[in-house]
Amino acid sequence: MIQIWNMKKKDSAAAKKKPKIGAAQIRVQKDLTELDLPSTMKTVFADPADLLNFSLVITPDEGMYVGGAFNFSFTIGPNYPHEPPKVKCTQKIYHPNVDLEGNVCLNILREDWKPVLNLNSVMVGLQYLFLEPNAEDPLNKEAAEDLRKNREYFISNVKSSLRGGAIRGVTYDRVQVK
Amino acid sequence: MAEVVAPNQPSGDWQGKYYHVDQVLETPGPRTSDAFAAGDQVKGFLRNQSKILVIGAGGLGCEILANLALMGFKDIHVIDMDTIDISNLNRQFLFRPKDVGKPKATVAAEFVMQRVPGVTVTPYYGKIQDKDDDYYMQFNIVVCGLDSVEARRWINATLVNLVDESNPDSLKPLIDGGTEGFKGQARVIFPGVTSCYECSLDMLNKPVAFPICTIANTPRLPEHCIEWASVLEWPRVHGSKKLDTDDPEHITWLYNIASTRAQEFKIEGVTWALTQGVVKNIIPAIASTNAIIAASCCNEAFKLATQCAPYLNNYFMFIGTEGIYSYTFEHQRRPECPVCGGETIDVQIGKEWTLEKLMEWLLEKQDIQIKKPSLSTDGKPLYYQGPPQLEEATRPNLEKLLSDLVPNEGEISVTSTSLPFTLTLRVTYT
Repeated sequence: MIQIWNMKKKDSAAAKKKPKIGAAQIRVQKDLTELDLPSTMKTVFADPADLLNFSLVITPDEGMYVGGAFNFSFTIGPNYPHEPPKVKCTQKIYHPNVDLEGNVCLNILREDWKPVLNLNSVMVGLQYLFLEPNAEDPLNKEAAEDLRKNREYFISNVKSSLRGGAIRGVTYDRVQVK
Repeated sequence: MAEVVAPNQPSGDWQGKYYHVDQVLETPGPRTSDAFAAGDQVKGFLRNQSKILVIGAGGLGCEILANLALMGFKDIHVIDMDTIDISNLNRQFLFRPKDVGKPKATVAAEFVMQRVPGVTVTPYYGKIQDKDDDYYMQFNIVVCGLDSVEARRWINATLVNLVDESNPDSLKPLIDGGTEGFKGQARVIFPGVTSCYECSLDMLNKPVAFPICTIANTPRLPEHCIEWASVLEWPRVHGSKKLDTDDPEHITWLYNIASTRAQEFKIEGVTWALTQGVVKNIIPAIASTNAIIAASCCNEAFKLATQCAPYLNNYFMFIGTEGIYSYTFEHQRRPECPVCGGETIDVQIGKEWTLEKLMEWLLEKQDIQIKKPSLSTDGKPLYYQGPPQLEEATRPNLEKLLSDLVPNEGEISVTSTSLPFTLTLRVTYT
């Protein structure tokens, strides 16, 4: 049987025993503790010892969605960062890129995810959706249509939805902050 | 030709059984290493002492088990958590129609033992995660024929963690084979010495994912309809109930939903098998590619066990999609690899040290140059610099005695913006 030990001895940097915790866990520690978020975003941990499940609140300070507070749940699986975190909006909101079930259309959450991206990139990406809703990638088709056809009308719908109003028969959650 | 004797002796061996294999074990060649002990010694090790573990008894695993047994490995263990499906029978040649539904590991072990007298194959029907370090310690070599990234990452991390500087036997060579259609790869990993599986994670093909808005609005492919059923409709209808991709009833539900959607959009090609393939991310398996890759893996196992020829250093890839192309190269370690990279420092700590004292000591250490470190032990936060809520929740720990937070010889994982890798502190109290 081959003796690799002699080879190993030569490589002095090789001798390092790693802690028995998952690579995903350490990566999440690094991602979370190094988050650099603007004052418009805040993370909330239901259980501070559970880093793999938490929520993010976005309160845009400009754009059409100013005045609302939007809640997203983050679930990080054991294959992170090979696989992206699972992100859902926990409220029913009127947004072209978020459907009524809370699914979010953001490229880096699916087809464009790469392990070099991190939780900060996802959060910044989510905030961007509120500054620049994108009618080209609709999940809520009506909202996208409204935005495409008549921006002013769309903006008034947004304002109404934030207050918990109904648009085309759908009642949205009240997400307005005082 | 060697003389053939009836193969029913108790040892399972008969004269000339290993005639061909012995040609490379009896005399050194120009490239055999000095450590090669030609003759009885090396044959004795291979046949009577070595113990080898095969992980996975599927497409690659069947080939690997057969090869190893025929090469002269006699103490083989195999782990697989799956049962035999009828769709496996086209390439997993240790299984027959009567075996459908039975555990792969058990059936494969029985078949090999019956076919190759004198070989003991010990099956374990279950997950690799069920087994502890002592179990993995008993083997000389581990060969993987897996289809899952998660399982590979687990066994890789486990074998890297197993390495104990004071015990040469703790270093277990890991041979990893993998195939996707006409493409495949075989590699040899010496945990902690060469590049590990985690080091090369960025080389993996991305799992196929479609933009969610395409799935929701403009499906064009049968896959779009299936993803619509699994990603959007399943959680909408079933709430928090998890989709079990191994449950045929769940697949049937998805198949029905996807078919309806496909009809609506006039898309053809949604089948039950495709539905299962898409949700389980199944890549077409080709028997001949499996044979090539399994053969490479087994050649390496044989060479590591006998030292009769130089081993693969360390990554062989095979691409049969456009003619044949193969390439062998030395994949480099990644210093910042979260599994085999990073640095470990042994720290002697006074019983009266608080966590805050340790933090100050870390910041003062010139050779690390660390800024704003975050610390955890055993996956639990000790002190986190952020986000604000976690900083606040962990701040009370700063005043606590370290010995109340971390056991003797416990390990602390340190991350910091200024550290591209993870620093591990192994603490002993004085």
